[in-house]
Amino acid sequence: MTNTLFIDGKEVEFTNEPNILEVIRKAGMNVPTFCYRPDLTQFGACRMCVVEIEGRGIQTSCTMPPEPGLKIHLNTEKTRRIRKTVLELLLANHDRECTTCEKSGHCELQKYSEEYGIRDIKFPTKQKSEFLPLDTTNPSIVRDPNKCILCGACVRACAEFHGADHAILGFANRGSKTVVQPMAGRNFINTDCILCGQCQAVCPTGALTVVSDVDNVWKEINNPQKKVVAQIAPSIRVALGELFGLEPGENSIGKITAALRRIGFDLVFDTNFAADLTIMEEGTEFIERLKSGKNLPIFTSCCPAWIKYVEQSRPEYIKNLSTCKSPQSMMSPVLKTLLPKYFDGYTKENTVIVSIMPCTAKKFENKRQELSTKGIPDTNYVLTTKELGRMINEAGINFKNLKEEAEDSPFGDYTGAATIFGASGGVAEAAARTAYELVTGKELTDVNLKPMRGVDKSSRSKEMELDLDGTKVKVRIVSTIVEAEKALKEIDEGKADFQMLEVMACPGGCVNGGGQPYSFNDTTIKQKRAAGLYKEDAELKFRKSHENPDIKKLYAEFLENPGSHKSHELLHTHYEDRFKGSYRDLK
Amino acid sequence: MSTQSPSKVDFAKVDEIIQSCGAKKSNVIAILQKVQATFRYLPEDALTYIGTKIEGLSPATVYGIATFYNQFSLNPKGKYEIKVCDGTACHVRGSMPLLNALKAKLNLKDGKFTTDDMLFSVDIVSCLGACGLSPVIVVNGKVHPKMTTDALNTVIDVLLQKERGE
Ligand code: SF4
Ligand code: SF4
Ligand code: SF4
Ligand code: FES
Ligand code: FES
Repeated sequence: MTNTLFIDGKEVEFTNEPNILEVIRKAGMNVPTFCYRPDLTQFGACRMCVVEIEGRGIQTSCTMPPEPGLKIHLNTEKTRRIRKTVLELLLANHDRECTTCEKSGHCELQKYSEEYGIRDIKFPTKQKSEFLPLDTTNPSIVRDPNKCILCGACVRACAEFHGADHAILGFANRGSKTVVQPMAGRNFINTDCILCGQCQAVCPTGALTVVSDVDNVWKEINNPQKKVVAQIAPSIRVALGELFGLEPGENSIGKITAALRRIGFDLVFDTNFAADLTIMEEGTEFIERLKSGKNLPIFTSCCPAWIKYVEQSRPEYIKNLSTCKSPQSMMSPVLKTLLPKYFDGYTKENTVIVSIMPCTAKKFENKRQELSTKGIPDTNYVLTTKELGRMINEAGINFKNLKEEAEDSPFGDYTGAATIFGASGGVAEAAARTAYELVTGKELTDVNLKPMRGVDKSSRSKEMELDLDGTKVKVRIVSTIVEAEKALKEIDEGKADFQMLEVMACPGGCVNGGGQPYSFNDTTIKQKRAAGLYKEDAELKFRKSHENPDIKKLYAEFLENPGSHKSHELLHTHYEDRFKGSYRDLK
Repeated sequence: MSTQSPSKVDFAKVDEIIQSCGAKKSNVIAILQKVQATFRYLPEDALTYIGTKIEGLSPATVYGIATFYNQFSLNPKGKYEIKVCDGTACHVRGSMPLLNALKAKLNLKDGKFTTDDMLFSVDIVSCLGACGLSPVIVVNGKVHPKMTTDALNTVIDVLLQKERGE
């Protein structure tokens, strides 16, 4: 049912919006917010979103449901004064070194302070000597307590995506001593944090940011002894452009390739190639497990945050994880082993591989011992989408005007099955396309497995049954640990009826990863990015991993068969029981 | 990993308490009260343990609850529990200089409130209802009125002598 209310005298329609704020934003108007995040529960703490309602006085628009006939005013003298006071109070307690802050340019506190013209602060301000040390122990996230404005978005993100039992961050103390911190103010490294970066993705300030490898990568690029090689993850192509004014979902892989070459990368490849390789290996592994009935359901192993969760909190299920390395970690040893065969001057030792990832947890994955050789990570550095954006800016490249370039070959070619890895459900759909043809020997005529798609809040758990020539196979697809835990509990209780479980820790998968450009207040951005991936899938000549000509060649010339001894050496891995040192390890 | 746990926590005891109260999120305050009664404070490892045992709570959340309420103390209690009143009356009559003198005397640094030998612990409390006698400190229930730095040092010295068996 449609009703109307009035915003600054303009009649505006509303239907099922949860609060006035959403009505305001849908109507193309705005009030500032800090603690409100559309995918999280309402908190109503910061008071930035106040509006004046005739007959009701001052109200926080993020917590008040719309009612017909309300007369709402956004910018009255009172609301502006409240917002200014909120800002001044926050700034008085804040380390205001904006120029050297990682979040500068993307920080909402900075943005609103500027918009509201805050020039001096009436309250006594915190002195440098009172600032607390930063926590830099987490391989993915830096915590700067001096920049926290207590909006609680990170606390809710961690608890609502990964479960109240997992919640790594929490409020502590009360009154003026209130802080948001990991358990007992510990460093992140001493918690069960899975490094997904979702807390950082909703943080309005520089209190939580991504560990930067930008300077390390510049150093390698400037070293004439080194060959620096890039691999680009599926979901980067539909997100990076946002940092330079392109629409979310617009595929800019050609421009990204050109930009990487301008920056100084010697070769540019696509992680999508390794995604096709993953499907060959994981598909084969899945079919074998189906035959033997062992270690089912098989769990996908692309998401390092999920892997860490299983290792530390559910080690009894390590055996269910696919032994396949993630695409990032397959790509690097393949490149380091084979580049010397194809390109002059490349050796295992002088090749530096930099992956461009949507993901903060990948910065943990690449440092895993089993994915390193002689202590050097096979993937030498991981840059998030945001960090590559910074390098492009530093290099003074006009991204929008770049002419598209093709990636290097071989290892640059990919199928549509690979590109959809970036969205929750994509790995399962890609695996199903290949498994179907391998098992039945028949052609899969319609490759669009629609029930597996969707990245919005209501699609965090999906299911589809496949008919492999009489053998029925059920696939469960989840994103967030909350949904993964529900699936695990079904297995605990012997109620699970699925044989494959795809898990991505980030809600909606890597299109919404912690390393992606900020999308604080727009939940449709991840949907647009996913749509961009499915669009590329539909346009590509090959849409099944086993049809990738370069993959066929790789097996014919080097790897022999999926699951061969050589494949196992290069493409498979093992996991670590991380119970020791986790929260549960107390006795 | 824990930042402050001078003695190992007996988790069997914590388990017993959780069972007796009922392992439910809504019982967490009662559980914390009993744990505090048993250990005389809330050890960090006990909070972590409770956070992993009760559905709907994480260690960080339990820590948040424990630090929100004044009734809970996260510092281990010494043989002598010293309470320094910082209510309004005591505050204006110099409770903070007293506290600083006390911390210096007991060599308590970096936010520590319990001596390494577990002999003394210090708590800051709000009005003890003895404002007429302010500033006030209480040692194991005994009220010491109209405290000065000198008097405070004497109180501590007497206790130290007693401990040394003099
Ligand atoms: S990185 Fe993920 S798991 Fe760790 S605190 Fe942030 S949201 Fe929680
Ligand atoms: S760390 Fe960031 S998201 Fe978390 S409460 Fe502080 S300002 Fe908000
Ligand atoms: S879902 Fe993707 S971005 Fe998020 S933690 Fe997993 S792999 Fe990383
Ligand atoms: S109170 Fe509404 S955005 Fe914070
Ligand atoms: S203020 Fe200390 S006893 Fe009242």
